[in-house]
Amino acid sequence: MLIVSKAASHLSENEVTPRGHVLSRRSVLAGGAAALAMGSAPLQAGATAFTVQTTVRPTDTAADAVTPLKSATTYNNFYEFGPGKSDPSRYAGKLPLRPWQVVVDGEAGKPATFGIDDLLRFPLEERIYRLRCVEGWSMVIPWTGFPLAELLKRVEPTAKARYVAFQTALDPQSMPGVMYPILDWPYVEGLRLDEAMHPLTLMAVGMYGDPLPSPNGAPIRLVVPWKYGFKSIKSVVRITLVKEQPPTAWNRLQPDEYGFYANVNPEVSHPRWSQATERRVGDFFRRKTLPFNGYGDEVAALYRGMDLRTYY
Amino acid sequence: MSPAKTALTVALSSRWAKPAVFAAALVPLGWTVWLAFTDGLGPEPVAEAVRQSGLWAIRFLMLALAVTPLRIVTGLPVLARFRRMIGLFAFFYALLHLLTYVGIDQFFDWTAVWLDIVKRPYITIGMGGFVVLLLLAATSTAGMVRRLGGRRWRALHKGVFAAGVAGCLHYVMLVKGWQPAPFLYVAILLVLVGVRLAAAVRSRPPPHRRKGERVAVT
Repeated sequence: MLIVSKAASHLSENEVTPRGHVLSRRSVLAGGAAALAMGSAPLQAGATAFTVQTTVRPTDTAADAVTPLKSATTYNNFYEFGPGKSDPSRYAGKLPLRPWQVVVDGEAGKPATFGIDDLLRFPLEERIYRLRCVEGWSMVIPWTGFPLAELLKRVEPTAKARYVAFQTALDPQSMPGVMYPILDWPYVEGLRLDEAMHPLTLMAVGMYGDPLPSPNGAPIRLVVPWKYGFKSIKSVVRITLVKEQPPTAWNRLQPDEYGFYANVNPEVSHPRWSQATERRVGDFFRRKTLPFNGYGDEVAALYRGMDLRTYY
Repeated sequence: MSPAKTALTVALSSRWAKPAVFAAALVPLGWTVWLAFTDGLGPEPVAEAVRQSGLWAIRFLMLALAVTPLRIVTGLPVLARFRRMIGLFAFFYALLHLLTYVGIDQFFDWTAVWLDIVKRPYITIGMGGFVVLLLLAATSTAGMVRRLGGRRWRALHKGVFAAGVAGCLHYVMLVKGWQPAPFLYVAILLVLVGVRLAAAVRSRPPPHRRKGERVAVT
């Protein structure tokens, strides 16, 4: 596997984890793999583990300790596989991951279809991000992936492109949840183009150093760490550059509850959940939720002049 | 009375029947506590404890509401002796549900709890249902029946239907999207009310129901 040192814009050289550190953590994971395998979801068969540099990690690694892998793969929202938190770990393994293609089209000079193996050849890096669910729980996940901007640049967005629309695979054969009208399938999401091009916005192909497990959106998903988790669409098959704000799955169902922006914001309550606090999965006590999930320094400028109560 | 019915009536009238039902009703609590201490509640044990206690509250509430329809359908009057106990267990699990939410999930953050109750309609409705169950539990003793008088007591205890509706609404409203599970309880509630209505419309004493006239219960 290619080793690439590619520091995110906001990380200085000395904050980047040395490779040895990453490797030792990897071997620890490998040692525990047998124990973890029992309760955890099936990993992509035959795929090898990643050895890449960690370019982004929380400043306070004690307060933001990485969530145990087993929690991250058994406590999921992936309604295509059922509404229960453990449904994805039970059923998502049936989704065929090969062949897998991602169509990138729309307002692009060079629209293209990428096979998953093409995507795995993008320069990969590890980023440890907080993940905040709109339901009031959170995790800390080490993702392996590449900036979405790198993918979008390849297709050369035209001047008309202002938004990016995403679509999840829809495979009723392997997705027991789609027989219920929980949402209007397939799951769709969207970002403004500047959000999509932001260096923190990641296309993840792995986590915890291994290929992405099925419940977490294998083989490729979006990760937007300053937004509620439902924005980070899983098992992506289509990315379309568009002129107008695209429809998004939860917003279409209940627009008063789920906004298009869905930036993590403790000041703006969801009608059903106060967003002031969250419980880190595995913790007993709740903790205060941070504006933009703690990524305000990097992303607040994207929303300058916008009333975040209106554009929630 | 058929031999099977007679045997059932004898069994259900035995002095062991109530303790057996009582013990059975504690199984969900025991099982959940066992799972809590054996790392069996999953990655988010607090959320799971809140969810399980709530589910069992609504299940016992539906069971309590099912006693009379079951009596109508089976023609076993003896079932009535379990109704109060089952209703009290519905209250018991609802109380556990409230306590786990207030005491564990929110860790006695009274401001947050109060804001939840006034600002989140599903919690407002859930609390409403709980208050009804509290009133019914408090007036469930023979002494209270006497003090209130049979007519007023019966009128008050019709409130159990309001609690049932509140419980179902609470569940429907709290899940994301159109999930099937909460609607299962709505369907159960409709069937249970439907059986009573059908019986009332026929206005015939239930025990004399002839074969072939049974009201279907699913």
